[in-house]
Amino acid sequence: MVRGETMSKLTIPQEEIMSSGHLGCQGCGATIAMRYMLKVFGRKTMLTFPACCWSVIDGPWPYSAVSVPLFHTAFETAAIAASGIRSGLDALGKKDINVIAWAGDGGTFDIGIQAISGAAERNDNILYIVYDNEAYMNTGIQRSSATPWGAWTTTTPVNNPKSRPKKDFVEIIAAHRVPYTATASIAYPEDFIKKLEKAKNTEGFKLIHVFAPCPTGWKMPPDLTVKIARLAVQTRIFPVYEVENGVSYKLNFNPKKFVPVDEYLKLQGRFRHLKEKDYRFIQENVEYEWKFLNRKVETFK
Amino acid sequence: MEKVVLGNHAVSYGVLVSRVQTISAYPITPQTLIVERLSEMVADGELDAIFTKVESEHSALASAIGSSSVGARAFTATSSQGLALMHEMIHWASGARLPIVLANVNRAMAPGWNIWTDQNDSLSCRDTGWMQIYCQNNQEVLDSIIMGYKVSEQVLLPTMVCLDAFVLSHTAENVDIPEVKLVDKYLPPYKLEIKMDIDDPHSFGALSSPENYMEFRYKMQEAMDKAEDIIIKEGKEFEKIFGRKYGMVEEYRTEGAEIILVATATIASTAKASIDSLRAKGINIGLLRLRVFRPFPVKDVVRVLLNKKKAIVIDRNISYGKSGIFFDEIKGAFYNIEGDKPKIFGYIAGLGGRDVTPEAISDMVDDAMRKDKPEKDIIWSGVKL
Repeated sequence: MVRGETMSKLTIPQEEIMSSGHLGCQGCGATIAMRYMLKVFGRKTMLTFPACCWSVIDGPWPYSAVSVPLFHTAFETAAIAASGIRSGLDALGKKDINVIAWAGDGGTFDIGIQAISGAAERNDNILYIVYDNEAYMNTGIQRSSATPWGAWTTTTPVNNPKSRPKKDFVEIIAAHRVPYTATASIAYPEDFIKKLEKAKNTEGFKLIHVFAPCPTGWKMPPDLTVKIARLAVQTRIFPVYEVENGVSYKLNFNPKKFVPVDEYLKLQGRFRHLKEKDYRFIQENVEYEWKFLNRKVETFK
Repeated sequence: MEKVVLGNHAVSYGVLVSRVQTISAYPITPQTLIVERLSEMVADGELDAIFTKVESEHSALASAIGSSSVGARAFTATSSQGLALMHEMIHWASGARLPIVLANVNRAMAPGWNIWTDQNDSLSCRDTGWMQIYCQNNQEVLDSIIMGYKVSEQVLLPTMVCLDAFVLSHTAENVDIPEVKLVDKYLPPYKLEIKMDIDDPHSFGALSSPENYMEFRYKMQEAMDKAEDIIIKEGKEFEKIFGRKYGMVEEYRTEGAEIILVATATIASTAKASIDSLRAKGINIGLLRLRVFRPFPVKDVVRVLLNKKKAIVIDRNISYGKSGIFFDEIKGAFYNIEGDKPKIFGYIAGLGGRDVTPEAISDMVDDAMRKDKPEKDIIWSGVKL
């Protein structure tokens, strides 16, 4: 038996396509997400990145950590650059190559939303993955519309933290009635991988929203990345679920008991200024959103 | 095949015979007829291409960039506000060295809303690394699309083919539409050597530090330098196959002329009639039509204008705070030249689609003939104040 081989069937592909030596910060959740994604999609894949952490993480010219063709594109164009690559490949008869747009939350929730909506409405045959670290981390932790209520960022200082909730992006995509959209977490790699596989085998527009903590921007120790990502799911601050055809919802993590939100919030410096009443407010909102999500699950059960 | 077609449809036929593989576009007046005809061609199976109906011009060019990066021949068309919205991707296409051809119907910029012709939309893209061609008739529009791909695919810079709103876009003229098989002889299939390829994976457009960014830009300029020779060479090659002649510039009755009128696009074709009537009156005048704006035809401009008494430049555009843009470029071309330089008069005319009639052109010539030298850099033609 060679090293790495086991008797049981592995649920996570063994081949490492992403190479070491990238420029990610310590404990970067976005690099973990990329590693899993490439394991599933393999080398018959083309990527496009808009401006985001990964446009730095991948390395300066002429280096690259992803080992597949990669086209860097402008901030608001990830979805359409991917669509353009797709139509180019289709026109050349290369239909078996996967095309993936890989973008941060700012490039997705904010500046990129128009092109994403266009690609989703046309049902372009691409996969869009947003790795969500809940702010503009590459430019130095400015708030985005993915930043949660109450969080500190460099543009939402502690005496005036973010006063609006995180945008429900998957819901916007679902409203386009696309074949597949899902949330996932780097703390649940098997679930993430299943979703990636499902997206790989689905024709048309797919979007996966993967939660990827950022120790630098969230002011937390880098060894807590996976723990915090797991707590986000266990508290239901970031539920993992999938939506087929924009209407059929399914929860992928639904235990009997949930963890209170303060266990998640207290580990991160970006929430340090919050008071007991703020924890209660966040907890109430989580309950409300959970109820709403469950209603959607029930609709077409 | 000889056919009576609108300027916009001449673009569509140019795309058809160039065997374009991907089209992405967003509607804007007066460009719409280009893409409407193309969607019919694709729907009917006349043109084997993928047409993506995008949600903005910004995306139209971003899509073409994606398709071109994997080796497909890509096309888009726009006008005015649409081109302005594309501007970020205009830089991206040339910086990524992708041989995309874009048809721009020259239309004035808002506000106030104006759908008629002037050149401030495309001339605002002057410093982006795109080649620019200004057409005088529908035949040239069609031919320039074909030649655009031929040149772009050699120098790896994109081409913008410009045609005047309405004066060409919505005007029907006799156009020879060449057979696809004949065009095949001139324009081989697009084979991009360096492209997105799963068998040879690289990243494109990655971080470039001050240590290497400048070299990429040096290479773009090198390609522009090379483009001038290739445009001339491919113009000759085109003439051999199709019998029509194109270069960087066109001269009309310049032999023995003391005064040269310099114009572009459809003003130049109107000016030919003016030249004929002025010559009939015994005035030694000729026309220099600038066809290619980038790369700028410095050699031709100097060759034609040196030792002439006067050059009269008509600009359907303006660089606020300076002058007409062609005027400025022509003046600049002479600065380091020794010899008998012409007095250069710069007229601004026809903004926002105001007609530039043969009479208006004759008035400009009269005005320049009365003066020894221009008193200022801008002389307005026909402003009602």
